[in-house]
Amino acid sequence: MNKKSNKKNTKLLQGNEACAEGAILAGARFFAGYPITPSSEIAETMAHELPKLGGKFLQMEDEIASMAAVIGASLAGHKSLTATSGPGMCLKQENLGFAIINEIPCVVVNAQRGGPSTGLPTKPSQGDMMQARWGTHGDHPIIALAPSTVNEIFTLTIKAFNYSEKYRIPVILLLDEVIAHMREKVEIPDINDVEIINRKKPTVSSKEYLPFKPDEDGVPPMANFGEGYPYHVTGLVHSEKGLPISDAKEIDHFLRRLNNKIQDNLEDILLYEEYFLDDVEIVLVAYGSVARAAERSVKIAREKGIKVGLLKLLTVWPFPEAKISQLAKEVELMIVPEMNLGQMVLEVERCAHGKCRVIPYNRVDGELINPMEILVKIQEEKN
Amino acid sequence: MKNGHVIDKYIREEMFPNIWCPGCGNGVVLGGLIRAIDSLNWDREKIVMVSGIGCSSRITGYVDFCTMNTTHGRALPFATGIKMANPDLKVIVVMGDGDCSAIGGNHFIHACRRNIDITAIIINNMIYGMTGGQYSPLTPTGNFGSTAPYGNIDQTFDLSKLATAAGASYVARSTVLQARQSISLFKKALSKKGFSVVEMISACPVSYGKMNKKKSPIELFKWIQETTVSKMRWEKLSEQEKEGKMIIGEFADENRVEYTERYQQIMEKAQEVGRP
Repeated sequence: MNKKSNKKNTKLLQGNEACAEGAILAGARFFAGYPITPSSEIAETMAHELPKLGGKFLQMEDEIASMAAVIGASLAGHKSLTATSGPGMCLKQENLGFAIINEIPCVVVNAQRGGPSTGLPTKPSQGDMMQARWGTHGDHPIIALAPSTVNEIFTLTIKAFNYSEKYRIPVILLLDEVIAHMREKVEIPDINDVEIINRKKPTVSSKEYLPFKPDEDGVPPMANFGEGYPYHVTGLVHSEKGLPISDAKEIDHFLRRLNNKIQDNLEDILLYEEYFLDDVEIVLVAYGSVARAAERSVKIAREKGIKVGLLKLLTVWPFPEAKISQLAKEVELMIVPEMNLGQMVLEVERCAHGKCRVIPYNRVDGELINPMEILVKIQEEKN
Repeated sequence: MKNGHVIDKYIREEMFPNIWCPGCGNGVVLGGLIRAIDSLNWDREKIVMVSGIGCSSRITGYVDFCTMNTTHGRALPFATGIKMANPDLKVIVVMGDGDCSAIGGNHFIHACRRNIDITAIIINNMIYGMTGGQYSPLTPTGNFGSTAPYGNIDQTFDLSKLATAAGASYVARSTVLQARQSISLFKKALSKKGFSVVEMISACPVSYGKMNKKKSPIELFKWIQETTVSKMRWEKLSEQEKEGKMIIGEFADENRVEYTERYQQIMEKAQEVGRP
């Protein structure tokens, strides 16, 4: 890969390659995975590049084992990545929950295909949006990012690692088959120009160290295994010391703290872009490859004098509730185009609190939503 | 406890008393494992112990190393990630029979195949104890479990044979009655460069014993004594006498290139080619 780079260090990369490049730049030195379309190129690129950097690549016996190995490696000090698609994402849910309850940083890529089950392995979809939020059992926090271009895959992969390290949480990167496989220009920055965040280390002695006692920001400093801080990690609800607990008050405190470390930092975590939202009657709310089409349809509609804008979500979980609520008060209509039968539109409806109309536009035939059909929808709804 | 001081060095006192029932074999394994580790003079900060789910898996909560009580059956892939990320760590995995051979069966085969430098101790009490006595892949055919009220029709795995066939470097089997022998087997397994397995035949009087007419720990221990034979004795038994008996001893002890060493070679090869 990367053979044709010019002086500016602009590369023509496939989406999956850009993800691997971003991960390496962010400091990822461990990958464990299992072959699956349409994400396999991430594993292939990591298999090629990691050994050169002293990093470790493992092809495990299944997706469950891949997720487990990634968590183990992160606990042993490596920034770790795994990548999969729908069927594999289902299998990863068990240990994804383990990473969440133990606050172990890692990044999980889901290059979405159509589903359910084997579904449409080579066609794009946005059918796993709710799975990204609620796939693993129990009340839990999650961060999920959804890039819409190859360049955004690169930058958001770095962001994903930063969030995972900063908040000690698995971050899901939601691609789809189209942006995973398309080739586009990526500006590779100098590493010194990129913000790289690493997990906080304990500043106290091993005797004083409480592995799950948060600092003021709600996040506990993390000692890696082998660094002289012996402690226990368990999937059971645990105390600040990491040992299983049964006291109701302590349990409540733990689970609320786990969720609040994300809820209390929304300003930092919620990423979105606004197009033509200053003077607007109709807003498109879109993410992933559909946001590309939405952006184009906004441009065409504006040329026709229709006051349309776009809110492009980059962070999809947690959901930008306050932003949607505020916009709903200012506009007449929100249209939510998605390559599913209407998943994020439910969140938009919830957050709009009935202040404006919310209309879904859906496709589940394995084809991309194109700008013209969104435009037709805009015109239909306007009249 | 005669050698109490050795144990005291390594346990998390606040976790005691433990959750194990009277007559349970888990404590014998824990005690033996600690004694074996102590005799090796390892850097304690580099020891990582990983377990899955079940009674046996609570073992990681009781020892003061870097410990991890993971998900059911998945201890080995977690441990594989740890060992690959930092090959300097000494990684020990403790599993139960259902944990290792049913839900974790595939992981077990592949850990053996990779021959990664991890020691796996399997506490085989022939039942799912924690959930109330359901039959496991190691429950003897014809025995009873809460989910085999008319007798277990499944064939049992021979876990040690399985590990040997799948490529583990060291494989041994002992019982919780042979405390001294098991310490020496643990030491050999822990010292082995490569994937090592010690299967410990154990006793669960509460779940297994109760349903199989071996209610008291002593009855159960006697049954274990009668059904397990040394390799030497095995050779002298008639086919009829071999029926239902298990061999105790070593099954594999080989020197093969270990996985993280192989990966080290891969890194050197890749670095020669260089990053374009």
